[in-house]
Amino acid sequence: MGLMTLERPGGKRRRHLDEVLLALEGVSLRFGGVNALSDISFDIRKGEIRAIIGPNGAGKSSMLNVINGFYQPQEGTIRWKGRERRRMNPYLAASTGIGRTFQNIALFKGMSTLDNVMSGRALKMRRGLFWQLVWIGPARREEIEHRRRVEEIIDFLEIEHIRRTPVGKLPYGLQKRVELARALAMEPELLLLDEPMAGMNLEEKEDMARFILEVNEQFGTTIALIEHDIGVVMDLSDRIVVLDYGRMIADGTPQKVRREQAVIDAYLGVAH
Amino acid sequence: MGEILYLILIDPFVQMAELPDFFLQVLWEGFVSGILYALIALGFVLIFKASGVFNFAQGIMVVFAALSLVGLYEAGVPAFLALALCVLIMLGLALGVERLVLRPLVNQPDIILFMATIGLTYFLIGLGEFIFGGEPKVMITEELLLPTGSYAWEVMGGLVIFQQIDIAAAVIAVVLMTALGLFFQNTRIGRALRAVADDHQAALSVGISLNQIWAIVWFAAGIVALATGIMWGARSDVSFALQIVALKALPVLVLGGLTSVPGAIVGGLIIGVGEKIGEIYWGSMIGGGIEGWLAYFIALAFLLVRPQGLFGERIIERV
Amino acid sequence: MLYRETGQFRTSYAADQAIFPLRQDRIGLAAIALVAALAVPLLADDFFINTIMIPFLIFALASIGLNLLTGYAGLLSLGTGAFMGVGAYACYKLTTFFPEVNVLLLILLSGFFSAGIGFVFGLPSLRIKGFYLAVATLAAQFFLDWCFNRIGWLYNYNASGAIEVPTREAFGIVLTGPTATPLARYMAVLALVVLMTWLASNLVRGRIGRSWMMVRDMDIAAELMGIRLLRTKLLAFAVSSFYCGVAGAMMVFLWLGAAEASSFGINVSFQVLFMVIIGGLGSLLGSFMGAAFIWILPIVIRAVPATLGLDIGAATVEHVSFMLVGGLIIFILIAEPHGFARLWQVAKQKMRTWPFPY
Repeated sequence: MGLMTLERPGGKRRRHLDEVLLALEGVSLRFGGVNALSDISFDIRKGEIRAIIGPNGAGKSSMLNVINGFYQPQEGTIRWKGRERRRMNPYLAASTGIGRTFQNIALFKGMSTLDNVMSGRALKMRRGLFWQLVWIGPARREEIEHRRRVEEIIDFLEIEHIRRTPVGKLPYGLQKRVELARALAMEPELLLLDEPMAGMNLEEKEDMARFILEVNEQFGTTIALIEHDIGVVMDLSDRIVVLDYGRMIADGTPQKVRREQAVIDAYLGVAH
Repeated sequence: MGEILYLILIDPFVQMAELPDFFLQVLWEGFVSGILYALIALGFVLIFKASGVFNFAQGIMVVFAALSLVGLYEAGVPAFLALALCVLIMLGLALGVERLVLRPLVNQPDIILFMATIGLTYFLIGLGEFIFGGEPKVMITEELLLPTGSYAWEVMGGLVIFQQIDIAAAVIAVVLMTALGLFFQNTRIGRALRAVADDHQAALSVGISLNQIWAIVWFAAGIVALATGIMWGARSDVSFALQIVALKALPVLVLGGLTSVPGAIVGGLIIGVGEKIGEIYWGSMIGGGIEGWLAYFIALAFLLVRPQGLFGERIIERV
Repeated sequence: MLYRETGQFRTSYAADQAIFPLRQDRIGLAAIALVAALAVPLLADDFFINTIMIPFLIFALASIGLNLLTGYAGLLSLGTGAFMGVGAYACYKLTTFFPEVNVLLLILLSGFFSAGIGFVFGLPSLRIKGFYLAVATLAAQFFLDWCFNRIGWLYNYNASGAIEVPTREAFGIVLTGPTATPLARYMAVLALVVLMTWLASNLVRGRIGRSWMMVRDMDIAAELMGIRLLRTKLLAFAVSSFYCGVAGAMMVFLWLGAAEASSFGINVSFQVLFMVIIGGLGSLLGSFMGAAFIWILPIVIRAVPATLGLDIGAATVEHVSFMLVGGLIIFILIAEPHGFARLWQVAKQKMRTWPFPY
């Protein structure tokens, strides 16, 4: 199960795993008659890497879409930083500090890498139409200020060389990295990663895993990720939620989840 | 204020009730123009379904087909031979468009293809005027053995007049739509077309020739254009002014939902009847001539409720 | 050799964000500015200024307007002509009410009326997308057309139904009406177009331009990055219509001198759309190139038979020019679907690396 070479900086990771950032209670989501999620409850604690795994169609992506407000669950409550969220939409989610990447890359294809990462700053830039038109003065100052921050992220993710390239022309692995850069530019408190390593070769996966760990450690960003590569998930995450057919079948540390009979059944298949 | 409300909300219906025969006449007129809109829209739908191209040139194809027919007849060709030649001309046009416009532009974004069809429109306008001159012409209705008389129907204390050519138009439209529907439902080519409509690449991978399909749908759209041209020409005259009227097919299309043949028909009828009634009963209040834009507003109102059109596939957004 | 960037280092983000970071580009721009502001007024005759330069600049401005909407924000509009008309009629009413006010100011003000109408017709864009939206803009086109015809107040109840431009001045110089010289009108057009192009270039490289492109490229992702879709789209409609409105006001006041509803018909909408597509979606420079091409080509075609001494009827020339324009549009779309702007970029790239292939 590859990637065991990945080094973890010993037990040095400082963790405050007691503070709950996001808590879901009894969340159910239906499309017409189909139950995409039924009665899901788990929490994400500040500073941890939380994985959501499960076979295809288990409802993992729906879970992320619920968390960042793209879908409205019919039942259940969601608490974000201790307060219950009522009506939610993607804009509100973004503005309260939830950033994400997508399973099928959703970059802005007509824009350069730099512009894509800059777009992550959209919420943080304030200058209005007038100053944007004049440019000289406040708008330019603001642009440069954010550019500096963005260049740090670009350095961090080692994508300096493709700064000016339209993202549509980049290979898949790099696009995934640009997408991560864009999400990081939002400086989210909670970063949702939807299959960050899908379709990558081993080397690219190692790079991505390293970046995820570094983001978590250096910026203290809480991460919730979906990934199919069980080896990676076991290595990276602090706690894992396992979904199957829209139900939660296990929740806990990698060691614990690995031993759960329901998980083994879901992955290896048993006669239902 | 009360008076204005009365004029808008009540008076038109009083008028309808007082002169029911006139109302029926208005409905019939709306129905017939709706059929013609639906025919143009049908040409659009065929092409859009098969190739995703929003064919702006459909309107001018109608004019071009009708002009060719009349032009050939005036040049001394017997009427039915001219009709046959026109079918060949539309075939040539379809092949030419496929070879010279569509094939080099394969895989380009929709807007580029759309622009190319506007370019095609300009080209056909220039060509048509160059060959046949810019003056309006009279359709050779009688020579094609189409009826020209009218029936009067005594009803509700009045008369409703049905032009026979209108009835013929409705019949021909229904026959044409049924034939196309059967063709695409039951033949090998029809299946291939639906496959292409669903997914170009998947269709290619099972050995369907895109080029062939495109030529066929453009040809089919050309035939529809020819029929539309004859019907329309018989009601007014054959001129390039028709092209602006053909723009009405756009609201019809979006109302029906770009890819649906029944949608084009129902949309055509709603627009045709709606704008006639609107013009006659409400238009006079604000100076008339609202037929020019009412269709677009009707379509817009429907779209705000159903953004994918009446029969369009529901757009499900996923990430 | 001439087009090398070696030795030109950008040492600050400010320098890196300049519109023309390369010295060669700045020199080229200065040359164009000199030609436009000095050579043309000194050397060109009234005919050249009136039939080529003034309309070219005005259409370039309208193309920029449409390009902001379609090229940057990805919203297709077929109502450009009508939005230009709103600007023209607004300016006509403004000059009627405020005869003493500087006419250039009124031309700019009339853009706001157009922006307001654009805003209203942009409202459906939240629910409707793509070609469906094009129909909403067609509704604007035909409805406004109808208003220009039927609402007598708009054209001061003239018997002809047309608006005729009164004589008005700015800074003591007569700029509009029959007595205004082509040169004065040209300089006014040039000044406004340069100013507004500069503003547009500021807009598209900053936060707002980026938010438009985000909506264009992937609206769902844009929303998840914290872009408010309706607000962003409406701003695009308003700004775009402002530009079109000013272009329309200039068209009547600084070029045609008189206009009626048909001056702002659907054909104008298509003409400007051609300019944008042929020039290049999402490129301000492309808007100029597209406007030059689409405006000047038919003039050249019409002039050809006369220069060759051929005796061809005016109608025939018109028909042939239609065919040629249509054919050329298809040809250019096939040759370079991204328009002249992309061709220019490719050419620049080649010059940079010359004599090596890359």
